[in-house]
Amino acid sequence: MNLGIIELLGFGSQGWGGPLLKAAGVTLAAASCGFFLGSLLGICGASLKLARAGVLRTIGHFYTTVFRGVPEILVVYLFYFGGSVVLTNAMNSGGFPGFYSLPAFAIGVIAVGVVSGAYQTEAFRSAFLRLDRGQIEAGTACGMSKLLLLRRIIAPQTLRVALPALGNIWQSVLKETSLLSVIGLTELLRQAGTAAGSTRQPLLFYGAAAVMFLIIGRITGLILTRMENHLAKPWRR
Amino acid sequence: MASSSRLAIADTTEAIPAISTADLHKHYGGLEVLKGIDFHANDGEVVAILGASGSGKSTFLRCLNLLELPSAGRLHIFGEEVKLRPGDANLRIADRKQIDRLRTQVAMVFQNFCLWSHMSVLDNLMEAPVHVQRRGRAEVRDEAETVLKRVGLLERANAYPAQLSGGQQQRAAIARALVMKPRVLLFDEPTSALDPELVGEVLKVMRDLAAEGRTMLIVTHEMAFARDVSSRILFLEKGRIEAEGSPQQLFGGGVNERFDQFISRFSQG
Ligand SMILES: Nc1ncnc2c1ncn2[C@@H]1O[C@H](COP(=O)(O)OP(=O)(O)OP(=O)(O)O)[C@@H](O)[C@H]1O
Ligand SMILES: [Mg+2]
Repeated sequence: MNLGIIELLGFGSQGWGGPLLKAAGVTLAAASCGFFLGSLLGICGASLKLARAGVLRTIGHFYTTVFRGVPEILVVYLFYFGGSVVLTNAMNSGGFPGFYSLPAFAIGVIAVGVVSGAYQTEAFRSAFLRLDRGQIEAGTACGMSKLLLLRRIIAPQTLRVALPALGNIWQSVLKETSLLSVIGLTELLRQAGTAAGSTRQPLLFYGAAAVMFLIIGRITGLILTRMENHLAKPWRR
Repeated sequence: MASSSRLAIADTTEAIPAISTADLHKHYGGLEVLKGIDFHANDGEVVAILGASGSGKSTFLRCLNLLELPSAGRLHIFGEEVKLRPGDANLRIADRKQIDRLRTQVAMVFQNFCLWSHMSVLDNLMEAPVHVQRRGRAEVRDEAETVLKRVGLLERANAYPAQLSGGQQQRAAIARALVMKPRVLLFDEPTSALDPELVGEVLKVMRDLAAEGRTMLIVTHEMAFARDVSSRILFLEKGRIEAEGSPQQLFGGGVNERFDQFISRFSQG
């Protein structure tokens, strides 16, 4: 077991490069899917919180309060074990004995999505509130329907204002996918742990995982900054 | 003699007004801002709407293209009654399609320009004609370029609003209204947000429009402009029409005491 660093991190039969890269892919996939789900939930949540009807606003408020207030790892546990218990009970009472667990990836994505959706709700809501009412009114005055206004004026301007906040949320979503290791998803942290355990090289593998998180964060961050700059172009003098 | 004057009367009664309101009321909660406005503007008329701050000028103008819903009264646009139905505090829109169609006919120019900041000037102009009026892109683009040339902004067609001066933005906003080929133009203090040296370029565009026989309703504090350009003055006070008449009549003085007071406050600066 006296392999060098190159062999340990390499792609040979003894190397952990392949599994780590694959795990990084899982991390990226879980984070992207979770973030995207969160965007949909965030748009819904913002619409609820901005709604005229008090009931809808209360529902929106409840959603953001709960999922920003509860530790994310607890949400992951609740969704995974809670969901599995419900599924098992349903299967057992349907005549199928045994324990059933839910797919870790899907549940992980849902948990990340629901939590980041609560933060994205705030990002979309405050972006919407910062829009120039006059420009919306100008659209109405030109005979635009509500849907057309939303599509042509409100959505692009809200996105532009919300993007910096969404970028921050993305970065934390990326990191928080590591919590999904607790439900057995072989993402970057868990794979690094496995490698560290079997090679007794924790420093090397946790260090490698850290670097990989940083690289993914940096590359996606650059993409987001470019998008931001592109959308901000009209506002520059 | 007798027959010719009868003919003249017959002409005016038969002509359909561009816009008319009957007993138009508007209140915000307990505050009654418009207290029954009976008004009409004929096709080709330029009406200057004057009045002290808070007299209801903006509210009146905004009711005409339904940015504010009146609480009571009737509104006709080129003889077509705007379909409104009773609601809690205000009337409600009864026919969304009708309103959206009429809004392109009664275009509004705002004090703060309100150009869409994420679109270039050209895209601002093309937006409503293409997406609301569903006209062909090529035709709209030609029209937009013609209008931009007219207001002297053709070379800024690809600039964004933030890159323009206030005067340029307001001219672009007027151009945006014109591309819809509206039959009536509403202006709510179009020069009030401008630096003094930029007021002239916007007023010039408006003078040109008036000279070509456009129907325009203009809320303004530019008294000289109102006197020179309008064919009629509407003087509002506390939500009522306090005085109405030709600029010659009203600015001559002695017709309405309140109006004279109002004017004298302006001339004192
Ligand atoms: N959305 C609103 N809610 C409550 N009150 C309003 C609203 N809009 C206008 N008002 C009130 O209605 C009255 C008339 O307002 P309006 O804006 O029509 O006046 P104006 O003649 O245009 O004045 P200005 O010259 O200052 O623009 C004012 O007392 C104003 O405070
Ligand atoms: Mg006003």
